[in-house]
Amino acid sequence: MIEALKQRLSEHFQLTNLTIKNAGLAFLWVEKHELEMLLRQLRDFEGYTHLSFIIASDHIEKNQFKLTYMLHNYDTKHDLGVHVDISRVNASMHSIHPLWAQAWTYQRELKEMYGIDFPESPRVDEDFCLEGWDDMPPMRRDFDTVKYCEEHFDDRDGRATEENRQTMKVNIYPERGE
Amino acid sequence: MDIWISKIGYYFLNVGIVLVYGLLLGAFIAKTMARVQGRIGIPIYQPFIDILKTFTKRQAISHGIMFNLGPAFRLAGGLGTLAFIPVIYGNEMFSNFSAAGDLLLVMYFIFFGQLGMALGSGESGHPYAAMGIGRGLAQMTAYEVPFTLAVVAIFIQYDTSSITEIVAAQQGSIWNWTLFTNPLAVIAAMIAFLGMAAYPPFDVAMAPNEIPIGPPTEFHSHFLSMMQMNRAIFAGAKLILFMNLFFGGATGLIELVFKTWAIYMVAILVGAAFPRFRTEQAVRFFLGVPMLIGIASVLYIQYWAQ
Amino acid sequence: MTDKNDYPTLANADLIDAERSLFCDARPVPYEPYPVDFVEKFANWVRANSLWVLAFGTGCGAIELNPLMTSRFDANRYGIQMRPTPRQSCVIVVAGYSSVKTLKRIIRSYEQMQGPKFVLGLGICSLNGGMYWDSYNTIKRIDQYIPIDLYVTGCMPRPEALLAGFIELKDKIKAGQCDGTNRYVKDFDWYKANQKKVIKNWDMPDYNW
Repeated sequence: MIEALKQRLSEHFQLTNLTIKNAGLAFLWVEKHELEMLLRQLRDFEGYTHLSFIIASDHIEKNQFKLTYMLHNYDTKHDLGVHVDISRVNASMHSIHPLWAQAWTYQRELKEMYGIDFPESPRVDEDFCLEGWDDMPPMRRDFDTVKYCEEHFDDRDGRATEENRQTMKVNIYPERGE
Repeated sequence: MDIWISKIGYYFLNVGIVLVYGLLLGAFIAKTMARVQGRIGIPIYQPFIDILKTFTKRQAISHGIMFNLGPAFRLAGGLGTLAFIPVIYGNEMFSNFSAAGDLLLVMYFIFFGQLGMALGSGESGHPYAAMGIGRGLAQMTAYEVPFTLAVVAIFIQYDTSSITEIVAAQQGSIWNWTLFTNPLAVIAAMIAFLGMAAYPPFDVAMAPNEIPIGPPTEFHSHFLSMMQMNRAIFAGAKLILFMNLFFGGATGLIELVFKTWAIYMVAILVGAAFPRFRTEQAVRFFLGVPMLIGIASVLYIQYWAQ
Repeated sequence: MTDKNDYPTLANADLIDAERSLFCDARPVPYEPYPVDFVEKFANWVRANSLWVLAFGTGCGAIELNPLMTSRFDANRYGIQMRPTPRQSCVIVVAGYSSVKTLKRIIRSYEQMQGPKFVLGLGICSLNGGMYWDSYNTIKRIDQYIPIDLYVTGCMPRPEALLAGFIELKDKIKAGQCDGTNRYVKDFDWYKANQKKVIKNWDMPDYNW
């Protein structure tokens, strides 16, 4: 089924990769400029009418963000994730709120948490969870959360922190230590 | 002159008794409900502690003159309602200021407290208070219609507007009660009573889980303790009024306690069984069948029974 | 009321001009205990036996507040009940972690409550940050922002622990040891400086009457 779908899509789009995780889940890779057309094709002709979520992950080694648009087909009960790699420098992406109105909420969150801009997405510049945040977007991997924490919040004396990996190795699973 | 001094003294005695009784009745119901749910529930004296607690708050912010006066109006409404209702029939101590025409005054005082409260909580500036007032007043206007029709039927039936005389006409036998001589009026009035009692299904104005918690949202400290006191007095006064008008009044304290408790249980049982109406549903309900029953009771007593 | 000169008005510097006239700029004043010792003790007993908890779930710990009212735990028998409005409640339970965004609401609610008022910190997160010790958005010590009367630690403490905490709080109130309201007023500037340090978009008056 998914292979047939890939065949049909390949006639119009340059699909760079396809991963089938299991019977109900597959992932496509697509170029940035083709994303909106692909999503429209999937929504209007292939039955993937539901946008479950949009997420981003930070691939700082490749200097890229990977955006994932997760779609769901109610007829076949199939989930299809569409991956797009975008540059980490001045990260920006087309807004898909004309396709799914709920998308602008996700895009607003991504703008706040990762600093990915979605021009023309409604209310994208408003605060989402963080009110008055003036630092680097906190979900970026080069954001040092411990340092930020030390600068802004005070510790209470007497707190002991054990390094997790060491604790597990020594105290909990001594026989399975690496 | 002396008679007025003693009357005023007796009146405050009545207020004290009704206040204690109203609070205990509320606590008793809460305790009963807790037992039904398998809980231990509040101590029976918890409402007194709550009132004292709100009274011993040491800070109270005011939002203006009307805000301060609102609870006072509310309490005046409760006290005024009680002032003209004979608590126990045929007893000088418990007859209050009952006189000819007192039923009209009582009906006015039932309104009075709510209107004062509306002014006070309006000045508090809280949106929930304003919404609660709108809902509460709409609902009150609706349930006043069947209640007023029932009272009109009683005026015609007993040819008087003095509560004492209405009670006197019901003495002698249980078959003299309005409940049996004019059942339609009682049905209409008891449905209106459900609305007055502010229990489900007619508690949309005050329910904590609708708009927290309606008109009293901003009231606190001693303002709130006044309103808590009024809640008890007003509830007691309403129960006594209904007992007097429809269930033959009371000639002794035990009869009073039993009858008012039974009337109160009507509201509790209905509330336990039915979910909450929205405001427009409540208004539509009161202006439907209950109003027709009220009209029927007037027509029945005017043209049929005599 | 104390003379106004002793308590200079608040700047409300972060409000825009159009809104400034809508809010009170008076500083909070401490309340005096009753002059007669016996009355104060009685008042404390009354306060302890009628704890109205603000029904405000500030974090994950709020899930432990709901079972308190059920048949199994029945907090009603200790005089504890939920109130939906801060004006009428006297206990606020800071339930678990509080993010900076929630902290702003906690402060608003706390300041709207009328004294004497008590704060109960529930869960290790309100004590020292707990598992959110390195979170960019979770404050670590709630007692730097509002005065805490009692902590119930654990992650999560069970409703029994919370109930025990309430009983402990009652004992403290009866002993007259819960003076958080006055502590907040006394160290008002320190608390306010701490609050403004973490809450970047302070768009409310300095004291929410």
